Amino acid sequence: MNMHAPANPFIARKSSARTIERLAFGFFRVATYFILVCAAVIFGLIFYKGGQTVFQEKFPFINVPFLTQAPETLYVFQYEGKKMELGDRAFREFKHARGINDIPAESYVYCSGGIFPCIVGTVLLVIGSMAIALFIGISSAIYLSEYSRQGRFVHFVRLAILNLAGVPSIVFGLFGLGLFVVFMPVLQGFHNPAVPSIPVGFGHYLNFSGWNVCLLSGWFTLAFMALPVVITASEESLKSVPQGFREGSLALGATKWQTIRTNVLPYALPGMLTSSILGIARVAGETAPIMFTAAYVVRDKMPWQVEHALDMVFQGVMALPYHIYVVSSKVPQNDYTERVQYGTAFVFLVIVMGIALTSILLRIKMRNRYRW
Amino acid sequence: MKSPETAPMPQAAFASSEENSTMIEVENLDFYYGQARALHSINIKIPVNRVTAFIGPSGCGKSTLLRCFNRMNDLIDIARIGNGQIRIHGIDINHPEVDVIALRRQVGMVFQKSNPFPKSIYENITYGLQIQGINDRKKLDEVVEKSLRGAALWDEVKDRLHTSGLGLSGGQQQRLCIARAIAVEPSIILMDEPCSALDPIATSKVEELIQQLKGQYTIVIVTHNMQQAGRCSDNTAFFYLGKLVEFARTEKIFTNPSQKQTEDYITGRFG
Repeated sequence: MNMHAPANPFIARKSSARTIERLAFGFFRVATYFILVCAAVIFGLIFYKGGQTVFQEKFPFINVPFLTQAPETLYVFQYEGKKMELGDRAFREFKHARGINDIPAESYVYCSGGIFPCIVGTVLLVIGSMAIALFIGISSAIYLSEYSRQGRFVHFVRLAILNLAGVPSIVFGLFGLGLFVVFMPVLQGFHNPAVPSIPVGFGHYLNFSGWNVCLLSGWFTLAFMALPVVITASEESLKSVPQGFREGSLALGATKWQTIRTNVLPYALPGMLTSSILGIARVAGETAPIMFTAAYVVRDKMPWQVEHALDMVFQGVMALPYHIYVVSSKVPQNDYTERVQYGTAFVFLVIVMGIALTSILLRIKMRNRYRW
Repeated sequence: MKSPETAPMPQAAFASSEENSTMIEVENLDFYYGQARALHSINIKIPVNRVTAFIGPSGCGKSTLLRCFNRMNDLIDIARIGNGQIRIHGIDINHPEVDVIALRRQVGMVFQKSNPFPKSIYENITYGLQIQGINDRKKLDEVVEKSLRGAALWDEVKDRLHTSGLGLSGGQQQRLCIARAIAVEPSIILMDEPCSALDPIATSKVEELIQQLKGQYTIVIVTHNMQQAGRCSDNTAFFYLGKLVEFARTEKIFTNPSQKQTEDYITGRFG
């Protein structure tokens, strides 16, 4: 190197700083791709394998029985040299038609029929818990951000909400079991000596015997689990409404509630609903909170097959996440169970994505109506 | 320019010797945000159907005092009145029997940042009536026209009453807010720097409007713009560090203030 020539101050030099920079960026990039790969594998696998269960090559291209029938036991047997796969009822009819008492067959529980009761149960659970969570969550968010004095008490409440968000789902499940399933009072026409019983007159008693495993217990358990998300999202939405709307309304002689109802809530609602619905959809996918409170392994009756309308909320249901859990862990694994698992997971994903999509469309629609 | 003898703090400053009756009377008012004292024993009598301007550097308490008149400070948790009284029509507005809702219907307010609701122009005007339960279409139509005419906005918006109030220009929005305030027929209109976000043309329109309104309403306007105070007010109060330094006829404040601080502020020596 010529020492007298003017040195280029910008010449690229090998320095440790550059090497570290390259390494660091490379690592960040790999980390990002890793997430992408994980998501692709999960979705790809479920859509590929589940698609084989849910779709078919022949018309109508969708496996209708899988979506519209209840789960049945699958019987696999040899008959006149042919391998047959029949569901419970079909197998009995098959034997009856041929006057045979018994055919040696391998049986696989839940591997025939479909998952219709699970779809219905999950939809019911989502709707009910969403209604409860939105009602309680939005109410308390309004109280916290509009009415309460921003003092130590509110600080404490917010801390409690944060803690609630950190409670594991199985704990919520046990909480629901302890409170709703075995303790909550029911109004009955008799005195139950086994549990605390409060007479309310006219021969009726509030018996603290619990609601049992039923939709109502599941709704409240799921709703409590979703509450932190709903409250936090709702508070954020309320805060994003300009203070000027409140002041303008109050200065015209509106009461606080009139102000909130007409000049705060309508503008905050799109944000509240979308974030909350997304949160609830996530929670509704949990298995642990419903396994003690609302979900049945199997149930023959559909939820609407009840004597009184009120009985609807006091019955357990089958649910998609619990069905996946049961089929994956309670019965011996084989190719037939795998079909059901992936098929159920596929349907479940589609439902959750459908809810998410609805909330996004809702937001777009409502945002266009109120813009400032 | 200034008289040699330093006059003591005016105990009850009368703006003018005229026969004006008083609309708002503040007596020995102390006001606190938490422990911090924002207003120091304010005494002022604001005359009826005149424009009164509050001037002073930022943080001097003029907005705080203005927001006491319709008890907007109730919204702030830590704000409280330490001492003294505010009387409107001779009634102590902080008396427990006074309904703040009824008070605010009498004492309208226009804010620094124009805040029309994201509703139609028509709904913006009728809002104050509808929350009182007035839903008679004919009556509402009347009030909308009357208020918009009153705010010199009718000709500009009469063909698009049902479009959003947010589609208006900044100056129009502020006049819409004034129209909204006068729709509920208050006796007082408080204006908190109503022109600070407006360009000069929109400002002059709002100032014109203030001149038109003053015969029917008692107007109190907080402003940072001293020319504005000079142009459109009858009386001017100068505040400094939470104290009312001087309150007099506007001409007097601007030509012959009796306090040194007032003169320094007016001439731009501080603030």
